[in-house]
Amino acid sequence: MTMGYQHELSNALLKVQHPCPGQLKTWNGSASDSRFAVYRNNVISSLINALADNFPVTLQLVGDEFFRAMASVFVREFPPQSPVLACYGASFARFMEVFPPAQGLPYLADVARLEFARIQAYHSADVATLGPEHLAQALADPAALEQMRLTLHPSLAVLNSPHAIVSLWAAHQGHVDIARVNPNTPEHGLILRNRMEVEVLQISTAAALFLGALMDSHPLAEAAEYAIACEPEFDLTPLLAHLIQTGAITRYSLSNSAA
Amino acid sequence: MTSSILPHATGVPDHGPTLPKQVGLGLKTQHIQQILNEKTDIGFFEVHAENYMVAGGPFHHYLTQIRQRYALSIHGVGLSIGSEQAIDENHLNRLAELLDRYQPQAFSEHLAWSSHDENFYNDLLPIPYDQATLARVCEHIDRIQERLQRRMLLETPSTYVEFCQSSMSETDFISTVIKRTGCGLLLDVNNVYVSCVNHHWDAQQYIDELPLEAVGEIHLAGFAEDHDSLGERLLIDAHGTPIDNAVWTLYGDVLARTGALPTLIERDNDIPSLAVLLAEAQQAQGLLAQHSLVPEHA
Amino acid sequence: MNAKTRTVSAASLALALGAAVALSSAAVTTAHAADNEKCFGISLKGKNDCAAGAGTTCAGTSTTDYQANAWKYVPAGTCEKTESATSPTGFGQLTEYKPKA
Repeated sequence: MTMGYQHELSNALLKVQHPCPGQLKTWNGSASDSRFAVYRNNVISSLINALADNFPVTLQLVGDEFFRAMASVFVREFPPQSPVLACYGASFARFMEVFPPAQGLPYLADVARLEFARIQAYHSADVATLGPEHLAQALADPAALEQMRLTLHPSLAVLNSPHAIVSLWAAHQGHVDIARVNPNTPEHGLILRNRMEVEVLQISTAAALFLGALMDSHPLAEAAEYAIACEPEFDLTPLLAHLIQTGAITRYSLSNSAA
Repeated sequence: MTSSILPHATGVPDHGPTLPKQVGLGLKTQHIQQILNEKTDIGFFEVHAENYMVAGGPFHHYLTQIRQRYALSIHGVGLSIGSEQAIDENHLNRLAELLDRYQPQAFSEHLAWSSHDENFYNDLLPIPYDQATLARVCEHIDRIQERLQRRMLLETPSTYVEFCQSSMSETDFISTVIKRTGCGLLLDVNNVYVSCVNHHWDAQQYIDELPLEAVGEIHLAGFAEDHDSLGERLLIDAHGTPIDNAVWTLYGDVLARTGALPTLIERDNDIPSLAVLLAEAQQAQGLLAQHSLVPEHA
Repeated sequence: MNAKTRTVSAASLALALGAAVALSSAAVTTAHAADNEKCFGISLKGKNDCAAGAGTTCAGTSTTDYQANAWKYVPAGTCEKTESATSPTGFGQLTEYKPKA
């Protein structure tokens, strides 16, 4: 009788109270459950380690003991659905949001989102980017710029949070004194892989609106209008220059029908 | 051995390319820059397939550079060949894409299962050695070799428990799989030692019973030591320490019978400096040199 | 949005883009660049392994049985150092979670 033993073993691997499967034996009659525990522990602790690697700032914020305890609950409730663990933990932030013991730190989930966005950016596709010489060509017909649309690099993500996620993250890179960070300050983060390095940048609300609009395939002019409506002093030039310099623009179109 | 570029369109794939009969190292990201800078002298590198199943970025950037300079072995850890359910065709597609991209000299996987239903357990879980499991494992390996159009190497497992329902020995099981599917063998000497201690088997006899002519690669690693509920040694395949003397001895015994074979030094936990791993590689290279004059099997 | 209602003209876009191109061509770092945090490089670890963790016979059995109201952990990391953590009403205030049941 073979069919189904993996079902029983699977349950025993994830569920704390589940007994060790009965069909196991040992050469010396020693307890099979203590040997089976090697598998159980390896499954759980290797997945916790994968999360600890992907969410190092989240871990430091709550401390190792709390993080591992929280992760072990998550791992058992939401084991990976794919053998590719590079992006394991996509739903970890959402889990933290409703995980009662973490409710005292309402910013925790958004910091985790920032960390996960960095992982995604790190592994995102390699796409050729446009340099200033390419974009200069678009200036040949200024009237056409009104319909200009920009395609951004697949690694690029914008995170909008009611909490100081970028400052909290930067404090763990040694760039900001955490004692001076008030977590209850709204911040916007730009995450982008510039060649082989993932960069995190704090941006203004207007810049976040601008980038969000571009990512939703709105024309450049429209995106700029959103930003200016939010912040009349918004200056497009430094942001565009930054995007060009960091290889964030992969394509542009000047035709009406591009959307 | 012939090494045609493409296997036959149908049936058992040809053996295809092979790794150099030298020592290789598991490629660790923290060592890559040093390897590229110093042009480390090593026979080949091995990577875990699943780590490179990502769209782009530094992993591919640097593995491409490594591949331009070194022979490569791609070692899968997630195909779940021992699964009761069918092989995951999506995963097989990802694997085919990766092998196509990097054209490795070897592809290997484990005699274990790691997925069930929708879940992936990230561990190499044991299988019973009975006829039903044998048929299923052969069916899975046939499918893998057909899809990938190449011969794969099947790794000998390390296990901590046995199944009451097993009706044949592990070596019987493996020998039959190799005979039926034409796959090669990845002889993990550490796994052999670990399993033989854990189940009170005779390691020499275990080696004797395997079809050594099918070995395409050897793995060497360190184990951790624990105890079962009766206080007997229980060895854990932890890859976090230097290779044990007993494993070196067993490795020498194998080489005395097979001649030199591609040999990987594995270290996956508590990874030391590259120099420490290269020293271990040097030790293995010394043994390979001693046995390089032994006539190769046909 | 209709093009006729645009408050951002093609001319102003041309100015902004032209200046951005010029800035980039000169390879001048932007004012923001100092805030950049570069990271990972190639040091991010692969998550898939084929080894067991050492000492795993006990590592995962020390369970954190959340369901059984046995939860005993509080966040105790750098969160305690944030600005508002010291203020009695701040968001960073740590409160121990006690199960209701």
